[in-house]
Amino acid sequence: MKVGVLNIQGAVSEHIDILEKCGAEGVPVKKKGDLAGIEGLIIPGGESTTIGRLIREFQLDREIIEFHKKDKPIWGTCAGLVLIAREIEGESPHLGLMDIRVRRNAFGRQKESFEGELFIHGLGEEPFTGVFIRAPYVTRTGPEVEILSSFQGKVVGVRERNLLATSFHPELTEDLRFHKFFLKMVGEESSPKVC
Amino acid sequence: MEQEERRDKMVERGTFRVKKGLAEMQKGGVIMDVTTPEQAKIAQEAGAVAVMALERVPADIRAVGGVARMADPEIIEKIMEEVTIPVMAKVRIGHFVEAQILESLGVDYIDESEVLTPADELYHIDKDRFTVPFVCGARDLGEALRRIGEGAAMVRTKGEPGTGNVVEAVSHMRLIMAQIRKVSNMREEELTAEAKSLGASLELIKEVKKLGRLPVVNFAAGGIATPADAALMMQLGSDGVFVGSGIFKSRDPEKRARAIVEATLNYDDPQVLSRVSRGLGDAMTGIDIATLDEKERMQVRGW
Repeated sequence: MKVGVLNIQGAVSEHIDILEKCGAEGVPVKKKGDLAGIEGLIIPGGESTTIGRLIREFQLDREIIEFHKKDKPIWGTCAGLVLIAREIEGESPHLGLMDIRVRRNAFGRQKESFEGELFIHGLGEEPFTGVFIRAPYVTRTGPEVEILSSFQGKVVGVRERNLLATSFHPELTEDLRFHKFFLKMVGEESSPKVC
Repeated sequence: MEQEERRDKMVERGTFRVKKGLAEMQKGGVIMDVTTPEQAKIAQEAGAVAVMALERVPADIRAVGGVARMADPEIIEKIMEEVTIPVMAKVRIGHFVEAQILESLGVDYIDESEVLTPADELYHIDKDRFTVPFVCGARDLGEALRRIGEGAAMVRTKGEPGTGNVVEAVSHMRLIMAQIRKVSNMREEELTAEAKSLGASLELIKEVKKLGRLPVVNFAAGGIATPADAALMMQLGSDGVFVGSGIFKSRDPEKRARAIVEATLNYDDPQVLSRVSRGLGDAMTGIDIATLDEKERMQVRGW
C-alpha cells in the first residue's frame, strides 16, 4: 500500500519510518504529479504558515483538494490538522477540508509543550502517549465529525469520514496503533466495496 | 470517567522527546535572524519556520565589537507578540542566568551561541535543567555530542557567523558527516577508542552508529547568504538552515528570504534554484575568512 507524506517541511521521515514498520510504503510528496498512484496522504507536523504558503505556491493545494474529492483518506498531524481545517481562529484557512474550527498554539508556547496519556476511541483500552508540541486543538466540530480523543476537556483527535486529524504526534512515539488505524481507513477505501 | 480525569492531570513538560520534537517540526525549513517586529513579520510571511530574535545581527556584532550579550527582553517580547511561528533567542556560552531569563520570557528555543561573547571559558550550560530546549553550535562530531550530552535538543554547524561566507559551514558539515559515516562503519570494539578520541560519551557514539545520523536535528549556520548556499548545505546533509545576517543585510530582504526558503525546500532541483536566484539584488558584502585574525573568529569560542 502506497501512502504519501507531504514533504514540504517538518516531520516527514518520522512518518515514513513508522509507515514502513507497519508494512506500508511511505512516499514523499513534494511536486505536482507526486500524488499519482498514492492511496492515502499524511500531512505532517511542521509550521502550518510555512507549509500553507508553499503548497499554494507549488499549486499542490488544488491537487490535495482533488485527492480528497476522490475519497482518498487524508490524515493531518498538528500543523496538518491546522491545514485541513475549514476554519482557523484569527486566520484564513488553507485547504479547508474538514468541518472543524481550530485554535493554533492553543496549549501555549514551547515551555508548555507536554506528553500525556490519551484514551482514543477505536484503539482499545491501552492509553496512547500523546506528544503535544505547541499544539493546536479543535474548538468546534461539525455534525459529521466524530471525536476520537479529548485531553483536559479539549478535542485533540477527530475523524470525518475519510479525514483524520490529531493535535499530537503519533510519529514521535514507538506506538504503531494510530498509523495502523489510518492504514485501515486507506485499505477500506482502496479495496472494492462489498454490497 | 474518574480514571480519565486522573489521566488528564498527568502531564510531563520539557521531556527530551518534546524538546527535540520541536526541532523535528522545523526540518527542511529556514530560521531567520531578526532585530525588529517588522523584520519578524517579513520572515514569517516569507515562510521562515522560526525567527531568532536579536539586538544586532552577527555582521553588526562583528562591526561594533565589545562584549555582545543576550538581547533586551523588551525587543524579544515585541517580536514574540508579532509572530505565531516559534521565536528563538541567544545567550552567551555558559551564561545560565541569561537562559533562565529567556525561559521565563517564554521563548521557544535558546541558542547557546558563539556569536555572543562567552561568559564561561570552561563550562557550557547544563541544558537538561531547563524546560525550554537548546540549540548549540558544533564544528565536529565530538563537539556536537558533547552538547547533546549536556542536553542540547538541536545542533547546528558554527560556520563563521556574520561573514556571508559559507566556507566554514561547509567544512564543519562535511567533517560531521564524514565522522558519522566512519562511526557507522566501525566494529563494536572500536567504539570506545573513538569515543575517547572524539571526547564524547560512548553511549552517544553507540547511538550514532545505530541511527547512522546524529540523535537530534542538525541545521547549517554561519555564513549562508544566497539560495545556492542554502541548497549546498542541504545537499551536504543538513536538516535545515539558519540565515543570520544574510537576509536583512542584503539589498532586498523580502525577496531574498522567499528565495532562500524555496531553495531550501527544492535543494535538489537546479531549475528551481536558478529561477529563485535571479534578480535578488546585492547579497551582503561578505568577508574572506583568511583576512580574519584568530581572535576575530567566533567559531573558536566554546569547545
